Amino acid sequence: MADMANLLVEQVLAAREQKQPLRIVGGGSKNFMGRAVDMSLSELSLAEHSGIVSYHPVELVLTARAGTPLIELEAALAEHNQMLSFEPPRFGEGSTLGGTLATNMSGPGRPWWSSVRDQVLGIRLINGYGEHLRFGGQVMKNVAGYDVSRLQAGALGTLGAITEVSLKVLPKPGSTRTLVSDCELGEAVSIMNQRAAQPKPITAACWLDNRLYIRLSGAHSAVDATAAQWGGEELEDADAFWQQLRDQQLDFFSTEQPLWRFSVNPTARMPQLSGGWLVDWGGAQRWYSGAADFAEMEQIAKAAGGQVSLFRGGDRSGEVMHSPSPAVQVLQQRLKQAFDPDGLFNPGRLYSWM
Amino acid sequence: MSNAGKRVDREVLAQRFRQFIDPEYVISDDETLKPYECDGLSVYCEQPMLVVLPETVEQAQQVLRICHQEGVPVVARGAGTGLCAGAMPHPEGVVLSMAKFDRILEIDTLARAARVQPGVRNLAISEVAGKNGLYYGPDPSSQIACTIGGNVAENSGGVHCLKYGLTVHNLLSVDLLTVEGERLTLGSEGLDCYGMDLMALMTGSEGLLGIVTEVRVKLLPKPEVAQVVMAGFDSVQTAGDAVGAIIAEGIIPGGLEMMDGHAIVAAEAFAKAGYPTEAQALLLCEVDGTSEEVHEHIDAVESLFKRLGATSVRTSHNEEERARLWQGRKSAFPAVGRISPDYYCMDGTIPRGQLAHVLTEMDRKSQECGLRVANVFHAGDGNLHPLILFDANVPGELEKTEAFGAWILELCVEVGGCITGEHGVGVEKIRQMPAQFNDSEIEQFHRIKAAFDPAGTLNPGKGIPTLRQCQEYRSLDKDIEPNAGAAAQLHDHGQGGHHHG
Ligand SMILES: Cc1cc2nc3c(=O)[nH]c(=O)nc-3n(C[C@H](O)[C@H](O)[C@H](O)COP(=O)(O)OP(=O)(O)OC[C@H]3O[C@@H](n4cnc5c(N)ncnc54)[C@H](O)[C@@H]3O)c2cc1C
Repeated sequence: MADMANLLVEQVLAAREQKQPLRIVGGGSKNFMGRAVDMSLSELSLAEHSGIVSYHPVELVLTARAGTPLIELEAALAEHNQMLSFEPPRFGEGSTLGGTLATNMSGPGRPWWSSVRDQVLGIRLINGYGEHLRFGGQVMKNVAGYDVSRLQAGALGTLGAITEVSLKVLPKPGSTRTLVSDCELGEAVSIMNQRAAQPKPITAACWLDNRLYIRLSGAHSAVDATAAQWGGEELEDADAFWQQLRDQQLDFFSTEQPLWRFSVNPTARMPQLSGGWLVDWGGAQRWYSGAADFAEMEQIAKAAGGQVSLFRGGDRSGEVMHSPSPAVQVLQQRLKQAFDPDGLFNPGRLYSWM
Repeated sequence: MSNAGKRVDREVLAQRFRQFIDPEYVISDDETLKPYECDGLSVYCEQPMLVVLPETVEQAQQVLRICHQEGVPVVARGAGTGLCAGAMPHPEGVVLSMAKFDRILEIDTLARAARVQPGVRNLAISEVAGKNGLYYGPDPSSQIACTIGGNVAENSGGVHCLKYGLTVHNLLSVDLLTVEGERLTLGSEGLDCYGMDLMALMTGSEGLLGIVTEVRVKLLPKPEVAQVVMAGFDSVQTAGDAVGAIIAEGIIPGGLEMMDGHAIVAAEAFAKAGYPTEAQALLLCEVDGTSEEVHEHIDAVESLFKRLGATSVRTSHNEEERARLWQGRKSAFPAVGRISPDYYCMDGTIPRGQLAHVLTEMDRKSQECGLRVANVFHAGDGNLHPLILFDANVPGELEKTEAFGAWILELCVEVGGCITGEHGVGVEKIRQMPAQFNDSEIEQFHRIKAAFDPAGTLNPGKGIPTLRQCQEYRSLDKDIEPNAGAAAQLHDHGQGGHHHG
C-alpha cells in the first residue's frame, strides 16, 4: 500500500543510463505467459506499488496502482455490491491489476460483460525515457489524444511499465443461474450462438466434456423466466465452476500438454486436431491442449477468422504469438521505438524481434 | 505540423488521378470544391487543392502512394458531420472522400457481426441488421448521416453508450491503408487478439494514423422491450443526485439523459413532447431488456424519482409514447437553433458528482459574459453538451463564444474530466490540449504519430498541438490571466482560455 512511483522512475532512468533491460513483474502469477525471458535481467517490481487511489461507487469508477492485487480490488468493490465486470483470471494470490491489463486477460463473461481493455478509462505509464505519463482519465468518455491506455492491452509490458489504472466497474447482477445440458461440440457451438442472438440475460457460455454450460445473470424475474424457457439442469455450486474455469483450475487445464488459445469467429467449425478442447466465450475463445504443429494451427485459426497463441507450456524459446502480417509487424516495431527506443522493457517477451 | 514542403501543381496532380479514377470524381474547380470546405463546424473553413472520391480500395491506395511520393497532405472525409473541424481540408492537400464506399458487404447473423465499407451510414447498418433482430449499438444523434469510417475515426458515442459502449467497444476488426498505401487488418473475427491493441489505438485517431477502408462491427440482439421514464426536477442538483441513485441501485439504464431549464423550454416549443416547462432539470431514463427485467427496473426507477423529489414523473407505455418522449431530446440541437441565430456545441466530460458545481459555474460565467447556455447532457456517462447561444452577425460575438467554450472545457479538466467526450479535438480543441496533457505526454503522442506517418502528411495540424504551440498557449495564458475573454480576442481563432495550474 504505497506510492513507489518515484523509485520506479529512478530504476528506469538507471536502467536507461546503463543500457540494462528490465523484466517487469507484478504479482509474478503470469510469468508463464509470453516467450521465455532472460531471468538474469533485473526485475522492475510493481508489487509494492499498490493500493486503491480512489473509488467512487456512484460514478462506477475505480483507480488503483498497478501492483494492487485483484483480491483487494474485488473485496473493496463487493462492499458496494459492485464488481470487475471482466472477471479477471487469477493465476495465483498475487495477480495484480497491472498484469491483468498488460496481458488483456478477461474471464468467462467477456463477450457480454466486456474485457479489461474495454473497461480501462485511463492509465499512468513510465515509458522508456523514464517519463511518468498520464493518458485517458477517470471519466467514461474521453477522446482527447490517442488511446494509449487500451494500446497496452496485450502488449505484455513491452511499451512501458503501467503504474496506475482507472476502470469502469459495474453493479453485481441481482441474480445468477447456470443451466447445463448434454451436447456434443458442434451442436453446442451452434446453440451458444443462437442463444447469444436472443435478447436474454446470458452472461457466459462454455462447452466441456460434452456438456454445455450457460450462465444467466440479471434481474431475478428475467433470469427465472429465461431459465424456464431455455430449460436444462440447474448446476449446483455454479460460482465455483465459473471461478475454476476463469482461473484454469478445472481438470482440463491440468495437463502435461501445451495449452493453446484460439481466438476465432464464434461460429467457426471445430478443426480436426487430436487433443482436448474447451470452448468458452460463446465459441469465441477455444482452448486446445495437444501437440499439433504451430504453423498448421495458425492456418486453421486464420481460416476460422482469428488467431492462435501458445498460452502455457510448450516451447517458449520460439514465437508464441500468432505471427502478425509484415505491415503490422513494421508498425509494432515503430511503436516500440516510439515508447521504448532503448528496448528496456521485457525484451523478447512478446516477440523474438521486440 | 506537416513537413510537406514542396508545392504540387493542382492540375498536374488531378491529371494523374484521372488516369485511374473516374474523372468526374476528381474535383479541381473552385465551385465544386466549395461543399468540402468544412465539416459540421463551419466556423473553420479551408479550400482544398483537390477532392477525390475513389470507388475501390486500389484507387484509394494509389492516391495515397502518389500523395506520399509528392509529400501532399491527405485529409480523409466521411459524411462531414464532424464537430471539431477534423475533416477541414488542408489548403495544399487532397481530400480523400470515402463517400463511394457505401456498401454493407456482409451481415453474419449467427456470429452477430456486420462487415461494412467505411462510407456506410451508421443507421443503415441497424436498418439492414434489424431484419434479423439485430442492431449496431452506438447511436450518435447524427446517425442518419454520419459514416462508420468517421465513427471509427472519432470513437463516436450516442445516447445508449452507458450500457452498450462507444465505437471502440463495438468493433471486431478494421482494415486500413497506411499513409504509404500499405493495406493491413487490425483485429479479427474473434475477440481480444494478441499483442498490443492497435485497433484501439486507431479508434478515435481522427484520420491522423491511417485511412479506414473496411470495418467489422458487432451487432447486438434488439431488446424485447424498452421503456422510458421522464422526470422533472426543480434543481439540477436533485436531478444529478437522482442519476447517482439509479446507478447505486444497480441499474444500468440503456440511456440516461438530462436537459436543463433552457433546453427543456426550447425542446418543448419545438417538439411538443409534453415536457414540464417549469422544471429546472429533466431526466429521461430508458430501461431496456427482457420484458420481466424492464418491468422490475421501471418500477424501481419511478419510485426512486418520486422519493428523490421529482416534480413530475411520466412513463411511456408504448412505442409511440416512447418515441415522443425522446423526440424532444433528439431535436434539442435544432430546437435551440430556433431560439437563437447561432449556437456553439461543446463536448466536455466530467465526473458526474461535479455536475451541479459545473452547471452553477457555467451559469455564473454565462451571466458575466452575457451569453446564454442551454445544456443537454449524457448524464449517465458525464458527457456535457453545453450549447452556447450567440449571433455570428454581431461583431466579436463568435470570439466571445469561443472564449466561453474554451473556459468551459478547461473547467471540465479542472474538476477531473476531459476536453472532449465524443466529438474529438480536430482543429477546434487543439488549443485546450495543453490543459489536459503536459509536454512529455504531447511528445509521446507525436512519437506515435511518427510511427504511422513519419512525414506527417495525414490530416496535418489536427488533434495534437506542436510543442511550440503548447508553449505559446501557456505563455499567452500566463500574460493575460485572469481575463480569458481578452486572451481570446487577441487570438486569431479566438480559442481563449485561462490557466488552471
Ligand atoms: C447534429 C449532429 C449531432 C451529432 N451527434 C453526435 C453524437 O451524438 N455523438 C457523437 O459522437 N458525435 C456526434 N456528432 C458528430 C459527428 O457526427 C461524428 O463525429 C461522426 O462520427 C462523424 O462522422 P462523419 O462520417 O461525418 O465524419 P467526418 O466529419 O467526415 O470526419 C470526421 C473525422 O474522421 C476522419 N475520417 C472520416 N472518414 C475516415 C476514414 N474512412 N478513415 C480515416 N479517417 C476518417 C476525418 O478525417 C475527420 O477527422 C454529431 C454531429 C452533428 C452534426
